[in-house]
Amino acid sequence: MSRKADIENRFFDHKMETLPQDQIKILQVERLRKSIERMMRVPFFKEKFEAMKITPDSIQTVDDIRRLPFTTKNDFREHYPLGLLSVPKSEVIRFHGSSGTTGKPTFVAYNREDLDIWSGLVARFLVSGGLTPDQTCQISFGYGLFTGGFGLHYGIEKVGASIIPVAAGNTARQIMMLTDMEPETIIATPSYLLNIAEEVVAAGIDPKSLKLRFAHLGGEPWTEDIRTSIESQLPIYCFDNYGLSEVGGPGVSGECYMRDGMHFQEDCFIVECLNPDTLEPVPEGEVGELVITPLMRMAMPVCRYRTRDLARIMPGTCPCGRTGRRMTKLRGRSDDMLIIRGVNVFPTQIEIAMLSVPGTSPHYQIEVSRPGALDQIKLKVELMPEAFSDSMSVMQQFREQIAHAIYSSTGLHIQVELLAPKTLERFLGKAKRVIDTRKLQS
Amino acid sequence: MMLQQLSLFLENKPGHLSSACRTLGEFGIDILTLSLADTQQFGILRLIVQDPVAAKAKLETVGYTVRLTEVVAVEIEDRPGGLADLLTLLNDKGLNVEYMYAFSYRSHGRALMIFRFDDTKMGCDVLIASGAKVLPENEVLTLIRN
Repeated sequence: MSRKADIENRFFDHKMETLPQDQIKILQVERLRKSIERMMRVPFFKEKFEAMKITPDSIQTVDDIRRLPFTTKNDFREHYPLGLLSVPKSEVIRFHGSSGTTGKPTFVAYNREDLDIWSGLVARFLVSGGLTPDQTCQISFGYGLFTGGFGLHYGIEKVGASIIPVAAGNTARQIMMLTDMEPETIIATPSYLLNIAEEVVAAGIDPKSLKLRFAHLGGEPWTEDIRTSIESQLPIYCFDNYGLSEVGGPGVSGECYMRDGMHFQEDCFIVECLNPDTLEPVPEGEVGELVITPLMRMAMPVCRYRTRDLARIMPGTCPCGRTGRRMTKLRGRSDDMLIIRGVNVFPTQIEIAMLSVPGTSPHYQIEVSRPGALDQIKLKVELMPEAFSDSMSVMQQFREQIAHAIYSSTGLHIQVELLAPKTLERFLGKAKRVIDTRKLQS
Repeated sequence: MMLQQLSLFLENKPGHLSSACRTLGEFGIDILTLSLADTQQFGILRLIVQDPVAAKAKLETVGYTVRLTEVVAVEIEDRPGGLADLLTLLNDKGLNVEYMYAFSYRSHGRALMIFRFDDTKMGCDVLIASGAKVLPENEVLTLIRN
């Protein structure tokens, strides 16, 4: 079934977006060598490269990338906050970050050139998904450390469209903006746009009376079912894009009007698809972990970043003329990280926060669901007998303490359910701590 | 002058209350009075029984989460305003009642209430000093049996 959007095939950077693959490869080698030079200014990478006898000259072809070490989320954590910076801090003009297991974010830094390149990458996928300079865009992403809010904001500015930076939340106001300011494009997480769509209908507004035509959704993995669901409620085209803060934020790949896979922006990223266990490339077209080397990161260059995101790289070319290979929607994660309403969270992070409250037991289960449009997360935990009190206020306070500890560490509001001791299933092998009933495969 | 109350943690799920009561019955534990506090997710069943220490031990063997708490049994006049008078007195003394519930017992114009205070000892002392009739455990149990 074709998901093709009935819009004009437009480009923001026609030359780079349609650069033939052989020329992309030449450019990639050239840019990777320069990136290695920048990385050698970071003591952590310098030592690694020296031990492995890697210099920019080690890269003769794109395949030589396999000689380079991997970078992981843990490397960011161990060099918290700014140990991976390759320029003086004074040169940095922006920090972003994402949450990690320690409860501290992992920071990424941008200098002026980084921001310019990044907003250009965002502009490309926005334009390929219908954005034109005459439009108005409503940004309903959270602004803040999250790369989505500011990343999309700057990309839209780059295109020249106007922005209503309404940010996430206050759905009634979102709808007022949609009716009064008449934006053609909205930026939101898919779950939040679903919520807005439901509220539009509930408010008795005819969705066809809105000027809204396009949505660029991100911040959490979403499925074709969600696209169908949103598009059945609002007369719009939803576009997907992909990126993560460690390699610069959104802009690694994005959909064109064909909406059949997201084109990697291969002039700026080398993308490998590897078996997460053997770290060998998977056969063409098979699901593997995306390992991404950003080529144009100035303030915080990395190589072979292990995203833990599983996807397929699609064989064949796309009729749109873009030469960047395409990835499918994400098929899951190669680790246990959960993405809840756009927030990255590991079950261990919840466990550590929970166990910091006296009276909790290590017997717990995390339930993730999406009953309506928004992700919900519930922690079921067995209480230790000594934590039991005959006083209801003490018990309620205990629950609130747990919820607060988790909120402080992850930024997530979690529902806490207390269970009697020994009521949860016990596991002999690896415990099944997470029950995720959201449907992400499609 | 204090009384031991047995509290049971219950998940708020169908059948949990009845199975707890069934277990009490099977162990031969006679419920003299009770109160149930509940939220959507869990409940606290508070019981006055003949031998709370033995009852706790028995219930724990079958996996219940049980706690003993000291509460105060107060006799009040069984007339309109009887409870209000006592509560006014407690309020005047600045005593906070965590919760309270009534005994099903009443005789000779007297009713019996159970009080749980933040500070049980102080609650008890204030009541006695104010002339309220606080009943010791053995007296409560005898009263109920008769």
